[in-house]
Amino acid sequence: MVQKVHPYIPNMVPKVQEEMLKVIGAKNIMELYSCIPDELKLKENMNIPPALTEYELRRHIEGILNKNTSTKEYLNFLGAGCWQHFIPAVCDEINQRSEFLTAYAGEPYEDHGRFHALFEYQSLVAELVDMDVVNVPTFDWGQAAATSIRMAARITGKKKVLLTKSTAPERRDIMINYGTPDLQFEFVQFDVKTGAMDLKDLEAKLTEDVAALYFENPSYLGFIEEQGPEISKLLKNNQSLMVVGVDPISLGVLAPPSHYGADIICGDLQPLGMHMNFSGGQAGFIATRDEVKFVQEFPSRLFGIVPTVKEGEYGFGDVYYDRTSFALREEGKESVGTQTALWGITAGVYLALLGPDGMYEVGQTIMQNSQYAVQQLNQIPNITGSCLNSPFFKEFIIDLNHTGLSVEELNKRLLEKKIFGGKDLSREFPEFGQSALYCVTEVHTKEDIDYLVQSIKEVIEK
Amino acid sequence: MQRINRTNKTRDFHQAKWNEPIIFELHQPGEKGVELPPVNKEVALAVGDGISVIPEVMQRKGRLGLPEIGQARVLRHYLRLSQETLGSDFNVEIGQGTCTMKYIPKINELLIRDPKMMELHPLQNEETVQGMLEIFHKLDLCMREISGMDYFSFQPGSGTQALFAMASIVRKYHESRGEGDQRNEIITTIFSHPSQAATAAVKGYKIITLHPDEDGFPDIEKLKAAVSERTAGFVVANPEDTGIFNPRIKEFTDIVHQAGGLCFYDQANANGLLGFTRAKEAGFDMCFFNLHKTFAAPHMCGGPATGALGVITKLKEFLPAPIVEHKDGKYSLQYDLKQSIGKVRSFHGVAQTVLRAYAWIRALGAEGLKEVAKIAVLNNNYMYHKVLAIRGASAPYVKGHRLEQVRYSWEQMTKETGVTTEDVTRRMTDFGLHYWTSHHPYIVKQPFTLEPTESYSKEDLDEYIHALEQISKEAYENPEIVKTAPHNSTIHKMDEQDFLDHPDKWCITWRSYLRKAEAPWSSPYKLEGPRLR
Repeated sequence: MVQKVHPYIPNMVPKVQEEMLKVIGAKNIMELYSCIPDELKLKENMNIPPALTEYELRRHIEGILNKNTSTKEYLNFLGAGCWQHFIPAVCDEINQRSEFLTAYAGEPYEDHGRFHALFEYQSLVAELVDMDVVNVPTFDWGQAAATSIRMAARITGKKKVLLTKSTAPERRDIMINYGTPDLQFEFVQFDVKTGAMDLKDLEAKLTEDVAALYFENPSYLGFIEEQGPEISKLLKNNQSLMVVGVDPISLGVLAPPSHYGADIICGDLQPLGMHMNFSGGQAGFIATRDEVKFVQEFPSRLFGIVPTVKEGEYGFGDVYYDRTSFALREEGKESVGTQTALWGITAGVYLALLGPDGMYEVGQTIMQNSQYAVQQLNQIPNITGSCLNSPFFKEFIIDLNHTGLSVEELNKRLLEKKIFGGKDLSREFPEFGQSALYCVTEVHTKEDIDYLVQSIKEVIEK
Repeated sequence: MQRINRTNKTRDFHQAKWNEPIIFELHQPGEKGVELPPVNKEVALAVGDGISVIPEVMQRKGRLGLPEIGQARVLRHYLRLSQETLGSDFNVEIGQGTCTMKYIPKINELLIRDPKMMELHPLQNEETVQGMLEIFHKLDLCMREISGMDYFSFQPGSGTQALFAMASIVRKYHESRGEGDQRNEIITTIFSHPSQAATAAVKGYKIITLHPDEDGFPDIEKLKAAVSERTAGFVVANPEDTGIFNPRIKEFTDIVHQAGGLCFYDQANANGLLGFTRAKEAGFDMCFFNLHKTFAAPHMCGGPATGALGVITKLKEFLPAPIVEHKDGKYSLQYDLKQSIGKVRSFHGVAQTVLRAYAWIRALGAEGLKEVAKIAVLNNNYMYHKVLAIRGASAPYVKGHRLEQVRYSWEQMTKETGVTTEDVTRRMTDFGLHYWTSHHPYIVKQPFTLEPTESYSKEDLDEYIHALEQISKEAYENPEIVKTAPHNSTIHKMDEQDFLDHPDKWCITWRSYLRKAEAPWSSPYKLEGPRLR
């Protein structure tokens, strides 16, 4: 029987193999493996099913995926770090381009377009956060925050980091694992009625050895922290840095953290054009002022614009490459490698499409829709639509404590009505009892919100 | 009709050049790129403008400085930039050795765009994502077969993050045994990826780097001298960047285990090993695979990606949470891991790349995977023989066969002609090919690292080899053409002044450029060296 040649492996053709072996001077391919001693050689065959043809593969995978129910089929009110937003078709068109999809580590010459697009992404996000330096994106918000606080520790030469207790638990876990054992962490209390940071507690914990305070605005729990200027003052007096995590889609309507004293800003690009992908759409950014003390502490690549020998051409390259672990191994700043560049390009496309008015509109619609949801939820007896009495962006906590229902029960019942209810906070934030974090964005219509409210009402009244 | 001469061995190539402006220069006040879902009138009536509830201090003042551009122009701009990018779909991407640039099957890209994948929220009820969890689990089972490890996590978002997760596990493991402070050293080798040393250092470890012996093998005597009661772990690739397989690897892991350390295996690139040899038999406690390398997920300009992290049973409880479990036909997410390091990446990692890798493995089957390894090794040894015949090129260290890649040197050519490996990088662009020097430090002088994988035909390999031959010839006969390259690329050689390394001159954003392009600058400036980690 003729050996089957796999479509992905052209040199399985026996005649070609013979020619190549002749050049090498080997009798067969196994001879090339003589460097592996017998005791290390795998004796049995791997227990992996036989190859599928392309058609069979498609049937097989689609068969498995059909067991999923997506947010296209059910109404989704989950957020908590991964959010459902409108995605312009052009974003998908660009990030599915073969050139961008399959490029990797090309030089500034053959990959000029990749450098150009990422420089533009840096520049567009810089406008959003009103800062002069933005990195080629890292893994996600959690990693961006973790690196931001390490940068702050290097800049200040101090080792203690304060986090607000309202910090997203996942991001907190990423930061703590990334920071230890070098850094020490302490937590600042917040007011459970408003979400606002407890400034007295902050003052008490703001000892001389504090490198930075990290907080999120809008916070994980949705509320807007309005004490930025006061917090900044306290930190400056203590020679500590202010690191603020932000949802970039809020920045058409909310002041960027640089306007209330942030030294380092970080956040997630996922809302800016990335599908949720079961969490594959996350991408972290970090922004600072253009000062050497900040720039030299970035572990990430930073693309800069340069002239070429020909008048009128833009070129791009790595700024201050010798900070990186690529250049210096363990002596470099943290580490750099494959992170989330394609999502950086996509976020750039998103911002270019929306422009200043689009970013304002999307922020405003999110504010209006989410406020409407809370207003309607408040009309259900025993429910508090937002258990924090402060302004919020996109997310809010529904309080079920007076309904006798647990979040788990409610979500189960909502699922029967084809709704993914909000995230159960009862374990992460026991101070709120049976409460859930709901997310309402520009993708939710009035009918969607009304159906949610009606459904919750039905479940509770039953 | 006369016969058209097509006998040129190198490609007559010119890359796209659109000379696009920076996107801000396309600003046309009043133009619009996309329409957003509008707010419902009744909603607006019920809640007002939605904005005035924002406290004064938190309201955005003024208009964002983003450009206003019509949709078609935005699209055209980015399509042009994509054409100015040489993705691996377009070129014979042999030059990015260590990174396993192989064919990215189109069927996999089609599968990941299924809304039942793309539009899943990571916190959905488990009942509604059984298919996704099944894919995670089934890929885990395949990975166990390939590595001999007992359990895999797909949370890390790259090889570097997997290395960091492994260093975190090493620390947590020794802490759990009361030896966290005592064991403060991690041993690695100079021919391993820089991230091995860098991530372990972030985790607070002192790094001991082993240099190779005369033949290019990690030096076992140096390892014996390095291990002690301070040894926390040993991390290494095998083969390393040289493509030389260390046959005594089991002795290495035994030495480290005897000293009380853990051994973790950098298998970012395992392309020559599939079905031939595994982490388990070599004595490793952990390993990781880059799904965007050996397992054919695309590199996406540098991520998102996945570093699939495998561990032996005793380290399972240290993995980042959650992990996927399969019981009685149901899949579930297990968050309760007693010794978990916590999280390295949010939620579950890059799920679409998990799906791609699973699809790729199923398209090949056990036998196909072995063919991948065999042909990758055949292709590499074919190139090895051809490249060694090129004037000025060599491959230091042990003679004989290599596995999936080789680190070569132009040392001789540089000595004789002044043409460096960086010059070759730019000249290869002129033939429509990518070529990468190598990671620092350049232990091998004037290095380049080629890895042909299984994806390329003999003709493809010959095209790459001819381009290298041509450049060598030019270096000896007309070196200026190489030194002033590129000539057929999107742009010309960049100005070599310190535009990227001088704080007064570097421009990381357009707003900085607009400010600095006109400003006077003081020179020279000396940047501070690295300080704290």
